[in-house]
Amino acid sequence: MAPPVTQRTGFSRRAQYTTFFGYVAGIAGAIVGVIFLFVSIYDHNAFAGLRGVAGDAARPAAATAASGRSGSQGFIATIEGYFFAATKNAELQREAEVTRVKLVEARALAEENRRLKAVLGLMQEDPKPVATARMVGSTSASTRRFAAISVGSTQGVAIGMPVRSPLGLVGRVLEVGRNTSRVLLVTDTESVVPVRRASDGVAGFATGQGDGTLLIRLINLGINPLRKGDALVTSGSGGLYRPGTAIAVVSELTRDGAIARVLSDPGATEFVVVEPLWNPARNPASEPSAPAGTQP
Amino acid sequence: MIAPLLQRRLTDPFRKTINREPLPIVAIGVPWLTVMLGTLSPTWPIVASAPVMPPLGFLFMLAWRQQRPGLLPVWAGLPLGLFDDLYSGQPFGSAVLLWSLAMIVLDAVEVQFPWRNFLINWLEAAGLIVACLLLSLLFANASGGSTPLRVILPQIAISVLLYPLCGRLMALFDRFRLIPFRAID
Repeated sequence: MAPPVTQRTGFSRRAQYTTFFGYVAGIAGAIVGVIFLFVSIYDHNAFAGLRGVAGDAARPAAATAASGRSGSQGFIATIEGYFFAATKNAELQREAEVTRVKLVEARALAEENRRLKAVLGLMQEDPKPVATARMVGSTSASTRRFAAISVGSTQGVAIGMPVRSPLGLVGRVLEVGRNTSRVLLVTDTESVVPVRRASDGVAGFATGQGDGTLLIRLINLGINPLRKGDALVTSGSGGLYRPGTAIAVVSELTRDGAIARVLSDPGATEFVVVEPLWNPARNPASEPSAPAGTQP
Repeated sequence: MIAPLLQRRLTDPFRKTINREPLPIVAIGVPWLTVMLGTLSPTWPIVASAPVMPPLGFLFMLAWRQQRPGLLPVWAGLPLGLFDDLYSGQPFGSAVLLWSLAMIVLDAVEVQFPWRNFLINWLEAAGLIVACLLLSLLFANASGGSTPLRVILPQIAISVLLYPLCGRLMALFDRFRLIPFRAID
């Protein structure tokens, strides 16, 4: 490209000053960036209010885009369905056979469970959700995994509340604006969720890896008891997440744990439910990512 | 209203251009607006469980700077980066710093090598994109994450390959920007 004439200031004082102060402002911008960066690394919540206001401002456009998202994904899934119809059909039939048996077993278990609970005099019921929200966006260009949901403090959402979809745990509320909130997804590398195997309660921690999978580390080291396909649910340790919420399925074994696939893929989830804190007596805001090993 | 105008302008560039000039607000505002839209757009269409979308705001800013040097001032990295930080999920200040530095580097390259071709422009942008994404990862990890490097390799590849396309898109906006809407008395 030819050298642009605008770069040459010539004898014009005004042009010379404009160029000079442009450079000064540019370098000042970099310095301001360094200051902001140090402040935000030192204090994570330093700019939370600003982000909340910005999230509220972008909410209408984001909500519109989100409704288009589910439509377009449905369209692609329909086309995809044609290509894998036969294999999928066979697979589903096999699955249906297995599921039928499991369903009967589950009914029996539920009955037994109810009977035993009645014996113990326990009353356990699902908590009333705080709010139902639409996932309006995520930070898909950054290595940190945050999502925005369309409810905020006006709807009663507070920091630390778990967010789940019908399929399983999605994350927990990190920052709250008036009408939007920022959710730390379970796949973020800062997120640690205490989990146990659904079948027998082998306990461990699920840490996000930033690429859509979770790293499962077991509490009791020794022979790795996990198998491919094991379902993991939250254990309720630490008081942040209600026990028994499905979260992931083991997809790959490592030496002392496993890699698990998240059940509730945030990309396929449009609506989520914000649940109240499982154990409000503990203050989750004071320990952002460290669930202590207490009993549920 | 705008689409037919653009169509007419692109098919018949000399019609209705005499005695007319571009609207100043459009001519100056479009670059800023496209970069801001670029910042917002990766957050909307998909809710991703891995960083896959290119940082479109950054790509758009590079494209504008390379096509129209001087249209975005050297200090444009400060306000545009500030806007990006509000939505990107990076620790606040990361984009302010990186975008400001990118603008200064682009200006220095402009002065050193005034005559460049497509390939050199692409190489320059690719270098800046790789540096920006790597440093973003570094900053994100410094503020609490611990993402391994391999996670962003696909994103780097996508961003570098997508850059020329962003350039073409910004060229389209550039033509729109200079449509003479306003009649001169």
